[in-house]
Amino acid sequence: MELKEKLVSSFMAFEDRIDIDSPVHDIRSEAMKTFETDGFPGKKNEDWKYTSLKSVLKHDYSVFPKQENHIDYQQVKKYFIHDIDTYKIVFVDGKYSSYLSETTHEGIDVCLMSSALNKPKYRLIIENYFNKIAGKDSITSLNTAFSQEGAYIHIPKNKLVAKPIQIIHFATGNESALMLQPRNLIVVDENSHVQIVERHQSLTENPVLTNSVTEIYANKRAIVDYYKIQNDNEHASLIDNTFINQRQESFASLHTFSFGGKLTRNNLSFFQNGERVDSTLKGVTIIGGKQHVDHNTLVHHIEPNCESHQDYKGIFADSSTGVFNGKVLVNKEAQKTNAFQANNNILVSDKASINTKPQLEIFADDVKCSHGCTIGQLDETAMFYMRSRGIPEKEAKALLMFAFSNNVLSSVKIPEIKERITKIIAHKLGVNIGFDL
Amino acid sequence: MKYTEDDLREELKTKEYEYGFYTDIESDTFPAGLNEDVVRGISKKKEEPEWMTEWRLEAFRAWQEMEEPEWANVNYEKPDFQAISYYSAPNSKPKYDSLDEVDPELLETFKKLGISMDEQKMLAGVAMDVVIDSVSVATTFKKTLGEKGIIFMSISQAIKEHPELVRKYLGTVVPQKDNFYAALNSAVFSDGSFCYIPKGVKCPMELSTYFRINQAGTGQFERTLLIADEGSYVSYLEGCTAPSRDENQLHAAVVELIAMDDAEIKYSTVQNWYPGNSEGKGGVFNFVTKRGICEKNAKISWTQVETGSAVTWKYPSCILKGDNSVGEFYSIAVTNNYQQADTGTKMIHLGKNTKSTIISKGISAGKSQNSYRGLVQIAARAENARNFSQCDSLLMGNECGAHTFPYIEANNKTAIIEHEATTSKIGEDQIFYCNQRGIDTEKAIALIVNGFSKEVLNKLPMEFAVEAQKLLEISLEGSVG
Repeated sequence: MELKEKLVSSFMAFEDRIDIDSPVHDIRSEAMKTFETDGFPGKKNEDWKYTSLKSVLKHDYSVFPKQENHIDYQQVKKYFIHDIDTYKIVFVDGKYSSYLSETTHEGIDVCLMSSALNKPKYRLIIENYFNKIAGKDSITSLNTAFSQEGAYIHIPKNKLVAKPIQIIHFATGNESALMLQPRNLIVVDENSHVQIVERHQSLTENPVLTNSVTEIYANKRAIVDYYKIQNDNEHASLIDNTFINQRQESFASLHTFSFGGKLTRNNLSFFQNGERVDSTLKGVTIIGGKQHVDHNTLVHHIEPNCESHQDYKGIFADSSTGVFNGKVLVNKEAQKTNAFQANNNILVSDKASINTKPQLEIFADDVKCSHGCTIGQLDETAMFYMRSRGIPEKEAKALLMFAFSNNVLSSVKIPEIKERITKIIAHKLGVNIGFDL
Repeated sequence: MKYTEDDLREELKTKEYEYGFYTDIESDTFPAGLNEDVVRGISKKKEEPEWMTEWRLEAFRAWQEMEEPEWANVNYEKPDFQAISYYSAPNSKPKYDSLDEVDPELLETFKKLGISMDEQKMLAGVAMDVVIDSVSVATTFKKTLGEKGIIFMSISQAIKEHPELVRKYLGTVVPQKDNFYAALNSAVFSDGSFCYIPKGVKCPMELSTYFRINQAGTGQFERTLLIADEGSYVSYLEGCTAPSRDENQLHAAVVELIAMDDAEIKYSTVQNWYPGNSEGKGGVFNFVTKRGICEKNAKISWTQVETGSAVTWKYPSCILKGDNSVGEFYSIAVTNNYQQADTGTKMIHLGKNTKSTIISKGISAGKSQNSYRGLVQIAARAENARNFSQCDSLLMGNECGAHTFPYIEANNKTAIIEHEATTSKIGEDQIFYCNQRGIDTEKAIALIVNGFSKEVLNKLPMEFAVEAQKLLEISLEGSVG
């Protein structure tokens, strides 16, 4: 059975198990209709021109895991940022794992989507925020239709969340092939500040497909600092859809570090629904093998006096392929917008390829928008300089690549994450570098 | 049942009389509509050989299967292809008897462009009394070209006189089935230019459609085929700066350039078709397919200044097939009022050490939309390919839009690609600076726009550049808010 048909029929089974009288369910059925009509995007779809889901969709994924699977903390400790105190929301095969998690309701809500959807005290938040900015494309709709579990984070007014929040999704692979559809909702109210780290990790050689949707609302003067670490094994694929709505004077930054996974597609959309908003989108991609990473970003400048900064770096080895499709849209009303976009790529191997499409669509005249995009190699004179001073080729290359990605790394605000990323990069490049950039 | 060539031949035989009828009729305009008979009719009218008729029919059949493309960032009412007459013989009768009858607005523009009296008359379709001049010029030109072995004539004439060349190269760069408009053009093209530069010849003058102006109006489906044989050089100018008040709404031209080993082609265009009035009514739809192929060490350089047309859809491209070949694209696109332009280029790097440069300047004013759409593709075997692209947009007024859609596909690690784009408006401080020094705002803007487009204007042949500069000023007149 085709995956699409399977999902459509699973939806009926899904309906038997949930409260179909809630208003959320109307949203789900509506979304299911969209998915039924549009199906999975093909190559004809301009947004998916360079990314084919064919190889990912061929597996017979089980949509609902049959049993609860336990994993031992020691076994997965390395996937946590364990050297600092954090809140943790952990899922195993899509099910909440209470013993690995550390949630809270004290002053702030760091808990579960399922309880937010069902408990009356969250009704207002769900009504106001759930699925309000998530896209209406077929992939996001598919997630919306099955939305039930994920992280729910609500930070009320004037709170500075003392420690970072980790959201981790594990896949154990006790099923032959697993499809996960986590749905996260993050609402940060006036003057509040939060740091979040998100990670998807498969612990199996069975194929895993994750179609994740995260909605983030940064209200007036809120600060949201979000990190996505994508270092999954080569059998796992991820379609990550993240939507961020920003109110006036809010500050949101999102870093994506893509090192692993078979196919990774990041759909990232920022909507600047207020004046004097600042958005930062940064990413480092270092891949090899037959990996594929696609960054599809949108920054929609709706109100005047806003800024956006995009900086994506990519290093592609072996037969890996990379895609960058960045779009900056400036509405007529969004005067005095400053939008910057940069995409730099290095191809290390003959078989690697990169397709990039940085777009600007501008309807306002008093703006400063620019984009730059380069594809090239490591500077030979710099290589020669280091080699002549006794630095081996491998280390010299690694140094240059570190320097290349440093712009992105330097704006990471949690030192432990920076350290972790540096280690992953060093490991990825096969060198042992003991310095801090 | 499958329709075979034999069937067609049979049909042609039996239907001969019918076509004879077409040739016999007095009126030189075909009734509106498009079908195989019309395509055959056009071919017949132009006394083309059978292979040409076949070629057109093949294109027509392909066209019928195709759909009008919708991906471009333009909105317009789709032309009804059955409501257009696909052939009308060039009107030899002058429209006016003297310049006094011509629209004064048009004359004013001529004056600003500094076009000579005679040329003004020619362009406005006024009966010429001093034709001798231009004829003699044309003959001298022809003599010089003839001595060098350069063939430069209308494509219909070339089909008759040099069928071997046309047959060998026509459709090799832009195949009949390339796209919707190219297929339409292949089926119904009325006329165009043909140019062949023999081996090692440097064409001594700028070839231009200018001096053919009184020979034939080329009509709405123009076809140009330019072949530069090994080691030759040619600079070709197309169009003119004078506003063309053409009645045809749809223009679908095809231009094919072939640069053989070590050859160089410089192709410059100034397009100033009627853009419609200030409310966006009327105006020409300009859907053009232009493409050139470079063999070893060859170079093709496209330079264009686009100021006219209600809707422009145009991507002059280079296929850098040979090693060490070079492709260049320099463009200025100006849109004002309700004009829409979706233009750019494609650079396909196939050979080793190929280089391409793209400089695109978009200026939008009024309520217009101006898009750059480009592709830089580095094939897996294109070692050491180099590309530099720069797309700058200038916005004037808050009701226009500027868009950039660059596609970059690199499949070789030795490729070096740089792309940069900026969007900005004319700085208030810049205008203030000019005002302070006694330059009024309108002049100041002209000055700034000229500075902005200088990189491209410099690439135009001298006399064209001067006119193009003035043209920019005129196009943006009244856009200062």
